[in-house]
Amino acid sequence: MKIDVGHIAKLANLEIKESEKEKFQKQLSSVLQYVDKLQEVDTKDVEATSQVTGLENVTREDETKPSLTQEEALSNSKSTHNGFFKVKAILDE
Amino acid sequence: MIYKPVIGLEVHVELKTKSKMFCGCSADYFGKKPNTHTCPVCLGLPGALPVPNKKAIEWCVMIGLALNCNIPLFSKFDRKNYFYPDLPKGYQISQYDQPFCQKGFIELSKEKKIGITRVHMEEDTGKLLHQGDSTLIDFNRSGVPLVEIVTEPDFESAIEVVEYLKKLQQIVRYLGVSDADMEKGGMRLEPNISLRESNTTNTTNKQILPIYKVEVKNINSFRFVEKAIAYETERQKEILESGKTPIQETRGWDEVKNRTVSQRIKEESMDYRYFPEADIPPIRWVESQISNLKSQIPELPDAKSNRFKNELSLSIYDSDILTKDKETADYFEEAVKVGKAHDINPKQIANMLINKKINIKNVLPGHLIQSILTSTQTTAIDENELKKIVKEILEKNPKAVSDYKNGKIQVIGFLIGQVKQTFKQPLDTDQLKKAIEKFINTH
Amino acid sequence: MNLNQLTIKQAQEGLKSKKFSSIELTKACLKQIKKLNPKINAFITVCEKEAIEAAENADKSLASQVFDPEGSDRRGETLEARPLLGIPIAFKDLFSTKGIKTTAGSKVLNDYIPVYDATVVGKLKDAGAVIIGKTNLDAWAHGSSGENSDFGATLNPWNNEFVPGGSSSGSPAALSADMCIASTGTDTGGSIRLPASFCNLVGLKPTYGRVSRNGVLAMVSSLDSIGHFTRTVEDSAILLNVTAKKDDFDATTPGVDVQNYTKNLNKGIKGIKIGVPKEYVTKGLDKHVQTKFEEALKDLEELGAIMEEISLPHTEYGIAAYYIIQPAEVSSNLARYDGIRFGSGRENFGGEAKRRIMLGTYTLSAGYYDAYYKKAMKVRTLIIKDFDTVFKKVDAIFAPVSPTPPWKLGEKINDPLKMYLSDIFTVTANLAGIPGISVPMGFSDGLPIGMQILGPQFSESLLFQIGSAYEQATEWHKRKPTL
Repeated sequence: MKIDVGHIAKLANLEIKESEKEKFQKQLSSVLQYVDKLQEVDTKDVEATSQVTGLENVTREDETKPSLTQEEALSNSKSTHNGFFKVKAILDE
Repeated sequence: MIYKPVIGLEVHVELKTKSKMFCGCSADYFGKKPNTHTCPVCLGLPGALPVPNKKAIEWCVMIGLALNCNIPLFSKFDRKNYFYPDLPKGYQISQYDQPFCQKGFIELSKEKKIGITRVHMEEDTGKLLHQGDSTLIDFNRSGVPLVEIVTEPDFESAIEVVEYLKKLQQIVRYLGVSDADMEKGGMRLEPNISLRESNTTNTTNKQILPIYKVEVKNINSFRFVEKAIAYETERQKEILESGKTPIQETRGWDEVKNRTVSQRIKEESMDYRYFPEADIPPIRWVESQISNLKSQIPELPDAKSNRFKNELSLSIYDSDILTKDKETADYFEEAVKVGKAHDINPKQIANMLINKKINIKNVLPGHLIQSILTSTQTTAIDENELKKIVKEILEKNPKAVSDYKNGKIQVIGFLIGQVKQTFKQPLDTDQLKKAIEKFINTH
Repeated sequence: MNLNQLTIKQAQEGLKSKKFSSIELTKACLKQIKKLNPKINAFITVCEKEAIEAAENADKSLASQVFDPEGSDRRGETLEARPLLGIPIAFKDLFSTKGIKTTAGSKVLNDYIPVYDATVVGKLKDAGAVIIGKTNLDAWAHGSSGENSDFGATLNPWNNEFVPGGSSSGSPAALSADMCIASTGTDTGGSIRLPASFCNLVGLKPTYGRVSRNGVLAMVSSLDSIGHFTRTVEDSAILLNVTAKKDDFDATTPGVDVQNYTKNLNKGIKGIKIGVPKEYVTKGLDKHVQTKFEEALKDLEELGAIMEEISLPHTEYGIAAYYIIQPAEVSSNLARYDGIRFGSGRENFGGEAKRRIMLGTYTLSAGYYDAYYKKAMKVRTLIIKDFDTVFKKVDAIFAPVSPTPPWKLGEKINDPLKMYLSDIFTVTANLAGIPGISVPMGFSDGLPIGMQILGPQFSESLLFQIGSAYEQATEWHKRKPTL
């Protein structure tokens, strides 16, 4: 199948160079072709499993706990300003 | 060609829980120094995991119950994946196909029923602040619990929309789950607006929906909702009349220019790639838990207003004012209870509250009753004192007395008034009347 | 024997009886690291300063017989609850360590310093462990060989031309090269069991949810299992006693009681029913692996176990289901790495990460979700049912870990699919969330081969029991590489 690497990369917020697009396209296609194997399996009336613990209703009480300090919160960022994280201006709302 | 608006509403209500939706940071973010209410979870740091807030979930269900929704016994969280700087994990934990509440309704005036499609739980994003050629990000708000309420496209006018919004705001305030302050972002709304030809219906009585809809963002007051709907209706009408179809898009309300503005048109709608949130086990209710939550819902505004009207013989107008917020309604009922013991009827109390603009925070219900009593109370006066007073007035008004003797008995009103005026004391009218009659008849 | 070659058990005894100090033990490890790491490349970060400080504190506590580390709110507690006091442990660089760089093996995080400890790191620290360093891995845990690291490949100490296995590559390499006493890892599709088998170590993949994932960088939220590498089965049980616990910060940790995992180590396996999946042994096994496997089968029988052929019919679909579910969740879990709050931009993702992110994005996208992700979740249910059915008949399952012995560096790296297929015997345990232990099974041309024992959820005690019996009878684990 022909995957539109450009479109997928955009959705995934990744930049793929034009020169690399074909290589990725081939690699992704080969994996997708392999996983298509699953279509052989009869899954009629089979429930989907999204988690295996069988747990339900795991919640916490509405209590506050100490937060990180502002310094800790910002400590790993390369771009901050007056306590905020800073990025280039975002043009659309 | 006459066009009618077809409007659906998406409202987000911020819950006033103590802590955030998936972590223990304080949810009280308004006006706080930036990035001081964060932790690895709401900051989206590597390795951090979400654990849901029980109270937030219960409050979401209570909102759904107040909107007559069905509460499915099984529900789960899903990831809504998209990239934006205010979304730290690159996905929002929300609900997709199995929300907490579904298929409810709310009644507006004139028996108009608005369908509630769903009520679900999600988390808020951080806040962006534009400054020159940068955008600043504060994550204090990231992770605050949000309840999203989606209606069917049942609205046909801005008036209905505003009525719904006010009712919804009132309900969540009554429930005590949100302050729903639009100025503070506690209640946010996004109408979907389209137009249909007013003569289109089909045989099953359901209107044929337009093939497009325009979503309008950035509306933060009831006034702007009206304006935005009016503007959009006009704009779309022009396009339709020219034979074209309005583009399906998201527009923003520009309060300076008083119009909606097209935001970046996306070639296809956002692909959120929803899938179940594996970090959070699903929720399974038993009926008794739902009934328990239902029993915790206080009497809601409409029911209370009707009850005031029917049981306390108040007008709809007065009832609505008194039930506008729960604090006033509760105060009023307390005052009615106290007033009963002193023969003060609810109408008197209602009048006092409504017309005299009493500040219920400063005046106890008991004191309110006191002041009503004082203003209507009369002091009984000593018989001899009374005789003296009456004699004085009657001697001053011989014509009135002779008129009375000649059959004009209504002149007693004038005489009663004169006594009251002159002596400026609250006198018992009946007692006074009897005294005057007696005096005249014996003199 | 050198101090850095001791087991946890031996180190515990030596420290307690004051045969040596934690400083001596730690320095022995550090010396070995200095000597061999430049070649083996097992460590990304060596925490020399922190380790020495921790070792000094440990010695203080050992001397006063009371837990005495600076700043800990557990100061003054007794030492019984500190089974790892003074013992150097290496951590896969996927575990958040407060104040210590944590890279996930990727350039994206090459200067990221967490402001909090992963729950399991905290537990091991509370138990007195000395953090000796952060080990190398396939970046983001994407890999089966250790060649996908942005910090260079890790070499197999048994033969430097061969891969140590992955994605936890540095942890087993460090341990088998005597640079530490134990090491941690994660197993999402075999990333502990496979490298353990390639490095002649015991590798434990606990039941999903047995050990908290909080603070361990997420690869696949519904599959990640937090485990460890040790020299012996007993050591593995000692570590699990510390790390197993329900965690308030991880909603997927069931409140199942933590047993004393060392209790049944010497119970023997007479009468234990062990199933051998026929699909695993007809799958074109390498003949060395086949030979060793059959020998191990006989050994288990001689120890009294009842070996039985069983069937796991959906085995052949495991990789396909895994390579849909895994990239899908990966694409979502890696979305937070945008360079704004930490790390650098997404352009620093390597080729394998980009591949998996795109694969996942594609299979989750509109119009494809049902055919791929949903279908895979249904096949997952069938795989779980396979195991449920089998565990009604047998107590545990015995199988090879890898269809081949370790392969040469560079051999599979240019063919992603070929690399993916090396997980064929390991992924199904992750899909079912069941525990597995990898135990040394012999050698092929000087390269280690391992076998795995799988059991029902929360059956780690039984796995230790079987592994221990086999280990004591065969003593493969006592062999050492020529370093």
